[in-house]
Amino acid sequence: MLWHFEISPRENFESAASHDVERHLAALGWRRMGPVEARRLYLLGGDIDEEDARRLGARLLSDEVVETCRVDAFDAVPSDDPRSVTITRKAGVMEPAEESIRRGAARLGLELDEIRTGTCFRFLGDLEEGDLETVARRLLANDVVDEILPGRRGLPLPHHPEPYRFRRIVVPLPDTDEGLLELSRSMGLSLNLEEMRTVRGHFAKMGRDPTDVELETLAQTWSEHCKHKTFTARVTMGERRYENLLKETVFEATRSLNKDWCVSVFKDNAGIVRFDDDFDLCIKVETHNHPSAIEPYGGAGTGLGGVIRDILGTGQGGKPVANLDVFCVGRPDVSAHNLPAGVHHPLRILEGVVAGVRDYGNRMGIPTVSGAVLFDERYTGNPLVFCGTVGLIPRGMSEGEARPGDLIVALGGRTGRDGIHGATFSSRELHEESESVDGGAVQIGNAITEKRMMDVLLAARDRHLFRAVTDCGAGGFSSAVGEMAEHIGADVELSRAPLKYPGLSYAEIWISEAQERMVLAVPPEHLDELKALCDSEDVESSVLGTFTDTSRLRLFYEGESVADMDMDFLHNGLPRPSREATWSPPPQEPREGFESRQPSDALAALLEEPNLASKEWIIRQYDHEVQAGSCIKPLVGARSDGPGDGSVVAPRLGSTKGFALGLGVQPWIADLDPYLASTAALDEAVRNVVAVGGDPEHTCLLDNFSWGNTAKPDRLGALVLAAEGLKDAALAMGMPFVSGKDSLNNEYATRDGSICIPHTVVVTALSLVHDVERTTTMDLKKAGNRLILVGPTRDERGGSAWMRLHGRRGDLAPHVDLKLAPKIHAAIHRVIRAGYAESCHDLSDGGLAAALAEMALAGDLGLEVELECVPGSEELETDAILFSETPSRYVLEIAASQWDDVRSILDGVPAADIGAVTASKRVRATHGKDTVVLDEDVDELAARFRSGLTRYMEGESRD
Amino acid sequence: MTEPRVCVLRAAGVNCNEETAFAFERAGAEVREIHVNQLLESPKLLGEFGAVAIPGGFSYGDDIAAGRILALEIDETLGEAFRSLVERGGLVIGICNGFQVLIKSGLLPGPSPDGPPIRATLRDNASHRYEDRWVRLRPDPSLCLFLNDDDELELPAAHAEGRFTVADESDLERLASDRRVALRYLGPEPGPAPYPFNPNGSAGDVAAIVDATGQVLGMMPHPERALFPWQHPRWTRERGRRTQGDGARIFENAVRHLRA
Repeated sequence: MLWHFEISPRENFESAASHDVERHLAALGWRRMGPVEARRLYLLGGDIDEEDARRLGARLLSDEVVETCRVDAFDAVPSDDPRSVTITRKAGVMEPAEESIRRGAARLGLELDEIRTGTCFRFLGDLEEGDLETVARRLLANDVVDEILPGRRGLPLPHHPEPYRFRRIVVPLPDTDEGLLELSRSMGLSLNLEEMRTVRGHFAKMGRDPTDVELETLAQTWSEHCKHKTFTARVTMGERRYENLLKETVFEATRSLNKDWCVSVFKDNAGIVRFDDDFDLCIKVETHNHPSAIEPYGGAGTGLGGVIRDILGTGQGGKPVANLDVFCVGRPDVSAHNLPAGVHHPLRILEGVVAGVRDYGNRMGIPTVSGAVLFDERYTGNPLVFCGTVGLIPRGMSEGEARPGDLIVALGGRTGRDGIHGATFSSRELHEESESVDGGAVQIGNAITEKRMMDVLLAARDRHLFRAVTDCGAGGFSSAVGEMAEHIGADVELSRAPLKYPGLSYAEIWISEAQERMVLAVPPEHLDELKALCDSEDVESSVLGTFTDTSRLRLFYEGESVADMDMDFLHNGLPRPSREATWSPPPQEPREGFESRQPSDALAALLEEPNLASKEWIIRQYDHEVQAGSCIKPLVGARSDGPGDGSVVAPRLGSTKGFALGLGVQPWIADLDPYLASTAALDEAVRNVVAVGGDPEHTCLLDNFSWGNTAKPDRLGALVLAAEGLKDAALAMGMPFVSGKDSLNNEYATRDGSICIPHTVVVTALSLVHDVERTTTMDLKKAGNRLILVGPTRDERGGSAWMRLHGRRGDLAPHVDLKLAPKIHAAIHRVIRAGYAESCHDLSDGGLAAALAEMALAGDLGLEVELECVPGSEELETDAILFSETPSRYVLEIAASQWDDVRSILDGVPAADIGAVTASKRVRATHGKDTVVLDEDVDELAARFRSGLTRYMEGESRD
Repeated sequence: MTEPRVCVLRAAGVNCNEETAFAFERAGAEVREIHVNQLLESPKLLGEFGAVAIPGGFSYGDDIAAGRILALEIDETLGEAFRSLVERGGLVIGICNGFQVLIKSGLLPGPSPDGPPIRATLRDNASHRYEDRWVRLRPDPSLCLFLNDDDELELPAAHAEGRFTVADESDLERLASDRRVALRYLGPEPGPAPYPFNPNGSAGDVAAIVDATGQVLGMMPHPERALFPWQHPRWTRERGRRTQGDGARIFENAVRHLRA
């Protein structure tokens, strides 16, 4: 029998969920609709009588101290109610709680065969026609994954998908070009004409037409997402010619640096470098942009879940020890009325992606220690989500290879219809109907499934039960098995894959991007032990087939052949494109005609500008301390609210050996010059690790490009320049790239043309920290200490936060002095390692003024500096000294008595004593004799800094 | 002398087991991590241990409510084994999710020798958000065997459902008068601790409680993340002030008690 459960809070114990909705209603100008009641709903069926149902309600579903539970037979639910809206998952969308409910009921001796969950919101205030639907869409649900039922206060019947009936589908390939393109479009293959012709030629040679799953496999394998066609293309730009853009830029730096501590670069799911005598470190950063645009929570959560699996799927399996994330979204103050059709408000996107990373990362028990958030109107329609993970991998386990005869074992989550066509979807531009057309590409993750799978996988690794492992990411089994079997071959029986629900065709099983799945190559003699291990911790494992020596990929469904493909064609048959690139610098902005703000006013405005303002609202929601290794945390200082530079983690319990993580991203400089932007981003990432004690001699880098549509020559030209910048800067710094990823086609098509995101390169730096006790933080420590500015200042305000504050771009872009910069980073490292740095902060957004203000507010102290002491300041106006964003600069705080020692360590590097820490809690700067240019109250600056982003997130205004 | 044996419980979604095991080992215990499935099959296994730790994490995803499913498993199947461990003088500590499990399984507050049961639970933070921040804590005069002085502690708290809640004000009063409040959040001034010093809106600023024997402790903050000086968020401002983190005391006291 079916029973309906409605859980309500007792009086005086209202759930904070309803307060949250009320707060958002107020922010949207809909206060009249409140107050709001939130109730949890469950629909459970099975061999259950009324007494059982009451027991389920009391023992499993509610907490009698604070909640009441109403139980009804399903047919007796009074479900119509004009004040209520009920929200439940759409058919086929994962609901993580179902499995737990089943397990809990089983413990009570009850077997459930029907489960549905949902939430009912009841609005007690003034309601107008259509309000419920509007509020539900704007605030409570996302109709990509949720069913919204206005006027209902009860759940509908559970879904019952139709079973699948096998039918082998052959797809005739048209003779005409138009026909080929139409086929590519209608099947969502995202293959271009040349590629479709190549496919047709291949099958013509074989004398048959392909099956649907063969075409899908080619589309997945050849997708931009998997193959990086653009980045590895032949590219011509004026005089420059590249046979393979990636190999000749980013790879080339790594190859030529040839560091002996690089273990594995650019070939596995993550880059691997040496850590200590027992372990290597692996690191990967991924993008998950398009899914996050459509369903921010699910998109970002599965973005993180996916990069965690990259670490699990590196070598013979890495153990994740730290996460990072970077979000780029639209301006938080954009009016909801000015959003393009089909686009979520930037704040809703930000809230969603933060919650997605929070819920996945926290549940996995991996600290999220590092991150950045950028706001620009061009990210409104196409937000960016970068997620990264660092792992530890035992030395000697950094390689894995499947052998013929090994079993293909799927581990972890079940396969569903979620995430079909993710790889090809991410290779297209977004548009206003993406939500409805591509909704199937969105996945909702279940972190606990992944956590269980991780526990078992790492145990199996340590018992040597498998030979190779990879994750199911974009392209699902298709990519995972395809990659592992590339040089050997594989036979796969698709009907053996466990499914979330019936009804999936063989092609859907093969390309589904359902989360939390890994593929292992298991020698047959270890299968029983592996299965026993999996069973003991409730992890599902299934043998899908066998690796072979046939050089063919053969797929079967219930014994019938559905695909038989040549591995060589699959992996190497993709025609290599040739691309044209162009670049012309943007026209110069006229320099006259704008009044700059007073320094005092500009500094206050900068600190509360969302790009610079405190990210505490986000950081506190991430468990950044689980695993107990977090020693320089993302928030530092006297009140733990200062913006730390890098983060330091000691990943082995009881050891003080650690690593530092830093990030750099400079999209606004890219508006002026993509080459300078990527060198500046790289320098910024390096500063962030060096400032906390990372060793620049043992620093590796990752590059993540999010770009517009590179079929357009100017976008590609910018990409070429950015890649060149990374190469030159990496060579100069002596820091190899070990991994990277690109996401292209980040444009949003509107009726008025396509909006391209800023060219966005995220550089991640990972440094060794030899002893985590020899590190420092950016907060001022003690009045009387001296402040040393290291690195020369030039007037480089182009693309700076200060220019943007004035509504301008500027034209003097920051240059990294590639000869001097490595010397500066090395010198700072020596000072920190020798224990002289009481604090150290890099100069980035907002320049010297912002850096000093941040150090003061974090340390709850004051300071006084003389700008004429700043190295390089002789020819500069005050605003340039204060707000220029010249790279490779740091402020060091040292004891006054140690300046001579420190000066000798800094030999050969421009550095000067510019002032002192004071107890007065004022930020004071003078320029020239007695000319006070800043004299600010630290508490006032701190208040601005703290509220800049939080006021939006706490819902002060959204319209 | 054999070292005290501690069982660190694992389950789907439990994620602080390694650092909890490490903390007990560092304090001198011999530790085994045991999956709850194994314990559900043979509850008698608990007989081999002097103490059980239920670590932090998200057991079963905290689906329905934090700790609910694991609590039900303990209550339905392992209740006897836990009670007999306590009867023979053993210790139980639930940290964060472990506290949520203990309170939802009924092992905490547990029976009251003279009176009806105290009705208490943990529910969603008043901020309605997961938050990770360090808190100052003051031991209450209590029966708790894991604390033996009234020195303040600083520990990280990291949870979404840590608001200690009683059905009635009188439940809180009885808990205090029975000397069963182990730790309270401490604000900057005397008197009730405001947010964020009380990070979740807990009644009476209660951060940890014990059962009527003092042997079963549930606490929201994470002592296992505060063993070394450099885990403290302000250690670079206070170099040399600590030889170890404040959390170490909890494990050392437990091991000392088990040895006695």
